[in-house]
Parts: sequence; structure tokens; C-alpha cells
Amino acid sequence: MAAADELAFHEFEEASNLLAETPDAVTTSGSGQLTPQGHVAVAVDSGGSYGAEEEVEESDKTALLQEKQQPGFWTFGYYQSFFDVDTCQVLDRIRGSLLPRPGHNFVRHRLRNRPDLYGPFWICATLAFVLAVTGNLTLVLAQRRDPSIHYSPQFHKVTVAGITIYCYVWLVPLALWGFLQWRKRVRERVGPYTFLETVCVYGYSLFVFIPTVVLWLIPVPWLQWLFGALALALSAASLVFTLWPVVREDTRLVAAVLLSTVVLLHALLATGCKFYFFQPLPLEPLAPPPQATSLPLNLLPPPTPRSQVT
Amino acid sequence: MAKAAESSGEPGTTSPRPLMRDLKAVGKKFMHVLYPRKSNTLLRDWDLWGPLILCVTLALMLQRSSVDSEKDGGPQFAEVFVIVWFGAVTITLNSKLLGGNISFFQSLCVLGYCILPLTVAMLVCRLVLLAEQGPINFMVRLFVVIVMFTWSIVASTAFLADSQPPNRKALAIYPVFLFYFVISWMILTFTPQ
Repeated sequence: MAAADELAFHEFEEASNLLAETPDAVTTSGSGQLTPQGHVAVAVDSGGSYGAEEEVEESDKTALLQEKQQPGFWTFGYYQSFFDVDTCQVLDRIRGSLLPRPGHNFVRHRLRNRPDLYGPFWICATLAFVLAVTGNLTLVLAQRRDPSIHYSPQFHKVTVAGITIYCYVWLVPLALWGFLQWRKRVRERVGPYTFLETVCVYGYSLFVFIPTVVLWLIPVPWLQWLFGALALALSAASLVFTLWPVVREDTRLVAAVLLSTVVLLHALLATGCKFYFFQPLPLEPLAPPPQATSLPLNLLPPPTPRSQVT
Repeated sequence: MAKAAESSGEPGTTSPRPLMRDLKAVGKKFMHVLYPRKSNTLLRDWDLWGPLILCVTLALMLQRSSVDSEKDGGPQFAEVFVIVWFGAVTITLNSKLLGGNISFFQSLCVLGYCILPLTVAMLVCRLVLLAEQGPINFMVRLFVVIVMFTWSIVASTAFLADSQPPNRKALAIYPVFLFYFVISWMILTFTPQ
């Protein structure tokens, strides 16, 4: 049994690598090419300790599930299919986005073509609140060092953070997906990701910013830039490694422009958040006030001799 | 109480007036939140009066007395309301989408009632803020808010956890944690002008 498991596991790893490299062999939800790829995809999904007979059962089950019609978008069951994840799957996907590897495509290896909306939604919500809270905390800590800084809860920043992040995770994947669909029509090639898979990739790639934002509390500027750069590198790498198999069949120019736009937008988001929520505060707060207070002192003495004279 | 019963229109009835009955039900649920046990009272006869009272109280207490509060950025009354209700609805939807078997209003009821410890924390914070400000003041408030935050989470988990399949419990509980964390943050950063 153990030997069969090991054999099965190696097969799946090679097969999933093959799947990652040949996008048109992938099973999307509407496709009819089920049996070899379908069974590989499902068996890799559940963690790799299958025996031979269980593979066959799983492939039959997926065949049945995929033949069943997707419920219409007005039914609750339609949306429930996007939340069909377990705790361990979500954690696994998060780990996958934190550690991008060049051969491993996030969509194929982690999502296994079953995107979920739980991860992106709650990661964005957490990031928005963490940004607002730590931005506020920075102001509190700065005020301790320099009481002249006016502290306010700045509650409107929560709204701004929320809207920005949600728009980013919905609109940018929409544009990317639209662009890839257009190129697909031009090139007549199957294989780009569905819209939800793109949203999923973007959502999970933002996870690395949550601990980074908390670390931005440390008021050392070069350390903040270092953490920001690291987070941006990890996050953008995850995006690039995922997009590379889809984009590399295209012309070099289009591929280069697309990938650099993706990275640039990501960098813009990161720096925008850094500047808006963690405004660099003056490090030498004692310099201006003495000048301000010395002026009135200079003005005061002249009037008194005149009044004494008169 | 007897006079009220007689004036309900039918002589000789002993049923209490609906208002007193509802208030008693709300009070009983408050007790269940303060001493959370695995009981079904909150779930069986849910009502939204308690959450409404708590939300309005919390939103009123979070108002600052200064005139320029719209620039200074403390949460406005409407913002608190929106956060509490929108947050509760989102968590309920999330729970149902993950496959939980709790009804929409039952979940809203539980989440709303479990704001009670945090409302108490707000009350205590406002009283503590009447004393002079300083690090000790802040430490006391921080301690109270942390204790009440934990109490809220424990209370709501006791009621909500059983409605989820075991492999998704953490996914359903995490948004509750985020929700009460945000409310606690609003309470902790409250500074009267």
C-alpha cells in the first residue's frame, strides 16, 4: 500500500507540473475533457495520500459533479459554491502565496481550479482594518514623542482603506482578465484563468502585506522601506509566477508590458498605503517651536520703553 | 403589573402587556450573554430589540462633544450603526455561505446581543475618562476593553460554534473576532474633547 501511495504521489507531481506547463490541458468548469486530467486534478487536491482504488472513485465523483449543471447566479447555492473551502485549504492557499516558487503556479497547484471568495474577501477586510488601526497607532506613538502633534481617531481612514483595497482586488483582476480574454481571441488559444481565479490570486497575494503593515509600526524609516520592499517582492513574485505560463506564449512585448504593469500597480498600492496611512512625521520636532516662541519675546520689549517714555 | 393586565382590554386576563413581556425577554437574553452557557435561548426565540438598544447606546456614547468632530474623525453615529449592522449581516452571510445551519436572524440576534460586554466596557471607559488622563488611565481602559472583548468572543462562540461543520469552525469564527476587534478599537480610541 505504501509503495502504491508513493508511486501515485510521484505521478501526480509530474502530472501537475505538466498541467501547469500546458494550459490547454487544464480542466475548466465547463470543459468536457475529464478523465485523465480530471482524475489527476482531484487526487492532487486532497493532499496526496490516496490508494489506487480511491482515485477511481474520486474521478467518478468529479465526473458526476461536473456534469451537474451549475445553479443560476440568482440562487444562493451559486454563491455557496465559492465558499466551499475548509480551514486547512485556506491556510494552505495562504502559505502558497507567501512562498512563491518559480515552477509552481498558484492557480494550478494551490487553487486546483477551485477558486474561493472567502480568502480574498476576508484578507482584504483584515488588511483594510489593520492599515487603519496601525496608522492610528503610529499617530499615537508619535504623539507620545512629540505632544504638539494633534491626535485624532481618523476614522474616515477605515472607509478609504476599505474602498481602495476592495476596488484594487476587483477592478485590476477585471482589467487583467479582460485583457487576457482579448488576447486569447486574437491568438485563438485556450487557457487563461477565469475571472474568479484571477481575483483569488490577487486576494491571496495581498496577505503578505498584513504582517508587513504591523511591522511598519517600528519607527525606523529604512527598516520600514526594507519590509515594504520585501513584501512587495514576495507579492509581485507570486503574481508574476502565476501569470507567466499564460502570458509567455504571447509576443515578448505584450508579455513584458503586462507583467511590468501588474508589478507597477502593486507597487503603487503599497507605496500609496505607506504614505497615506503612515505619513512620515518630523523627526526633529523641537526645532520649530523655539523660533515661534522667541518672536513674541522680541516684540514685547520695544513697546515697554515707549510706554515708559510716554 | 395587575392594573396593566386589567387595562389590556379584556377583563380578567392575566397575560402581561406585550411591552413588559418583550423587555423581560430582552433582559433574560442579556443574562444569558453575561453568563454564557451552551443554551438555546438566544437561538430559539431571537429578537432584534436587544441588539438595537445596544447599538444605539454604543453609538450615542461614542459621540464626541466637540463641534468640529466631522473633521477630527471620530466615528459618527451613522458610521457606528453601519459598522455594527453591516458587519453583523456580512458575518451572518459568511456563516451561511460556508454551510452553517443557523438562520439569518438568529445569527444577527446572537451577534447583536454579544455586543453587551463591549457596551459595558464603553460605559466604564467613559467613567474612567472623567478622571485625569495619563498612562494609568489608558492602562485601565485597555485592560477593561481586552477583558470585555474576550468575553464577547467567548459568548458568541458558545452560541455560534455548534452551527458550523467542524472543519470550517475557524473560518466562521475569524470574522466574528475581526468584528469585535474593530468595535473594541473604536471604544479604546475614544477621546472626549
